[in-house]
Amino acid sequence: MRIASPRWLGEVPLWQTESFVNYHWNWRIFWEPAPNGTGTYLDMLLSGLVLTIETAICAWIIALVSGAIMGVLRTLPSKTANRVGFVWVEFFRNMPLLVQLFIWFFVLPEILPNAWGLWMKQMSNAPFYTAVIGVGLFMSARVAEQTRAGINALPRGQKLAATALGLTTFQTYRYVLLPMAFRIIMPPLTSEFLSTIKNTSVAITIGLIELTGEARAMQEFSFQVFEAFTAATLLYLLVNIVVVTAMRYLERAIAVPGYISGK
Amino acid sequence: MFATFDFDVIRRSLGYLFFDGMTFTLTLTGLASLGGLIFGTLLALMRLSGMKLLGRIAGLYVDLMRSLPLVLVIFWFYFLVPYIGQWVTGSSRPIRVGAFTSSLVTFTLFEAAYFSEIMRAGIQSISKGQPAAAQALGLTYSQTMRYVVLPQAFRNMLPVLLTQTIVLFQDTSLVYVLSIPDFLGAASKVAQRDGRLVEMYLFAAAIYFIISCTASYGVRRLQTRIAFVH
Amino acid sequence: MKRLHMIGLALAASLAAGQAGAEELTGTLKKIKETGIINIGYRDSSIPFSYLDDNQKPIGFAIDICYRIVEAVKKELKLDKLTVEFNPVTSSTRIPLLANGTIDLECGSTTNNADRLKQVAFTNTHFLTATRFASKKSGNLNSIDDLKGKSVVSTSGTTNIKQLTEANAARNLGINIIPAKEHAESFLMVETDRAVAAVLDDILLASFVAGSKDPAGYVISKDAFSKPEPYGIMLRKDDPAFKKVADAATAALYQSADGQKLYDKWFMAKIPPKGLNLNAPISPELKNAFAKPSDSPDPDSYKAM
Repeated sequence: MRIASPRWLGEVPLWQTESFVNYHWNWRIFWEPAPNGTGTYLDMLLSGLVLTIETAICAWIIALVSGAIMGVLRTLPSKTANRVGFVWVEFFRNMPLLVQLFIWFFVLPEILPNAWGLWMKQMSNAPFYTAVIGVGLFMSARVAEQTRAGINALPRGQKLAATALGLTTFQTYRYVLLPMAFRIIMPPLTSEFLSTIKNTSVAITIGLIELTGEARAMQEFSFQVFEAFTAATLLYLLVNIVVVTAMRYLERAIAVPGYISGK
Repeated sequence: MFATFDFDVIRRSLGYLFFDGMTFTLTLTGLASLGGLIFGTLLALMRLSGMKLLGRIAGLYVDLMRSLPLVLVIFWFYFLVPYIGQWVTGSSRPIRVGAFTSSLVTFTLFEAAYFSEIMRAGIQSISKGQPAAAQALGLTYSQTMRYVVLPQAFRNMLPVLLTQTIVLFQDTSLVYVLSIPDFLGAASKVAQRDGRLVEMYLFAAAIYFIISCTASYGVRRLQTRIAFVH
Repeated sequence: MKRLHMIGLALAASLAAGQAGAEELTGTLKKIKETGIINIGYRDSSIPFSYLDDNQKPIGFAIDICYRIVEAVKKELKLDKLTVEFNPVTSSTRIPLLANGTIDLECGSTTNNADRLKQVAFTNTHFLTATRFASKKSGNLNSIDDLKGKSVVSTSGTTNIKQLTEANAARNLGINIIPAKEHAESFLMVETDRAVAAVLDDILLASFVAGSKDPAGYVISKDAFSKPEPYGIMLRKDDPAFKKVADAATAALYQSADGQKLYDKWFMAKIPPKGLNLNAPISPELKNAFAKPSDSPDPDSYKAM
């Protein structure tokens, strides 16, 4: 995808600050070809944005599924289930995301049997898969906590009525508790999804060149620090606005009229 | 499987890891939380004050900081702080800041956005009767805030504030992207110098885990102790 | 020559400010005179140019050259005391940190080229090196085209990664380029089989291979990505007074017997921390560049005598 350079931008002079240090501004850098041959610097940033979104969505799917399961486990009557959920949450919550990514990326291939480790290291998209799993599991702890809070926020009568009607535990959760719990926790889940998007940037340390990584690469190749980071900032803000608006529509679409959460 | 690993490398580098790395991390966490809390409370007050303009500015700031990844903000401030210093102090050249000062400024300003949301919730949770009574007693706005509202808000939100501090503690590991020597950075340097990635990263993970776990446990205990009905 | 320059400055200053006989310092020299501190940027693992020894102190060929520049600055500004502060930099932070004033001098393994001269300045060349790649002998990778479709690592912010990226695009090699933060990390990736080759300056590759656990197991390619390019100490752009001092100090060092001695100390003798001897005799081009110091970014201008 190529974006034509607006003609008026050509007339903008390169200006220099008069201070001790000159920073040479160059807003036209976005339309100059990037050294990796795939197009302009702007194309580089946009490909980073696409990668950010892909990683975030895949990680979020993992986070939602495993987080919901763990959150449910913590509300079950069984003590073992509670403990499993508790350990899961504590494990993924008490280590920085960066450290977790390092464990997945650097440590795991070394402690696995040689052949598997080598396969993991030589995989062509290793940073992507590692980032998806690493960020996904990190966020699953937060989703688990939200799910637990959501289920606990429901009136006790719901569960009791379901049991009285003869529903099994599984059916209770599937048809009565979870649908309402998810509607209650939609707002905090939205902010967790936004966190997931932001957390994908940590994966630049394991070689995933997503938006922040591309901005950095752009800064290194072209020396235009501020232009590169301004573009990345604006793109993140844009993503934020899009996600928040989309989530608001989703909330309204699935709201159950008359219920406390149906706003 | 573990036979080829040299866990002795951990023992040999303990001094460097803890005296240089962990002190950096803990000092940064402590000072940034304090600064972030003060600035965050200020932002919360701005948003809750009657003045629309102040509220707007504070709101924009908080929204901006909360939409950006911390990694990006770290990059921004590392290269930007000297120019800001030059502008603020009106000097003739960019102010030279070291890695620690730059990180401190970054984390203080970033976390302030999160602390401000917490304090805002805290202030709003105080019943309206409190400031009303204070006003009836003749206290000014700042006196009301200083002696009546903020102490209560702070006490109510203490567990959440402490949890945010634990999050900050974990977030400091991100200064790794600039090769700044915090605890993880120090572990990483040793790991790369001696080729001992597994040992050092597992050790770093264990230490972070122990510290965060203990701190969260402490916060949970505190929560039960200071909970009071109002 | 310097005296004339100073008189010229004094005249200009007195004309402008009406102060008779006053000498105006600008830029970095002004900052150093006012603060009494000079900030040097050093590298973590650019052996033997700038790296950390066992006590986490920066040492190296470029660091020693920078000490000479510091001496010259001290004499020039007639200071009793000049504190030297060290700041770690990486390939990708060195230019922004120089521009924003965190460091005054970058003493490492930075290539002097026309692109960078738009943002910074360099003093006289202290080394010449070409971009090559190192790989394990077992991989049997001899030419750049052998890297087709493989995972190759290089350090972010270097000319090496830029040349690798450009070669990858030009020759359509489909290489998966992995960026690392520092040179040590790049080489470690090859050691742990995460990448099949590391693309760096050949002298740095030689140091890493020599210091590795199994030096005989690695091979540095004969195929190069570039001609031998010059290394220079980096300075801020548009600061002629400071550059003059640095140029004079480095030229004096290279042209004297001390220059050859310093070279031998780091390239032909045992160096800390492991007592490695790189055994890299001075190339004829570099010998010429020492005899006739030059800060030219053009690799073709460096010829043997």
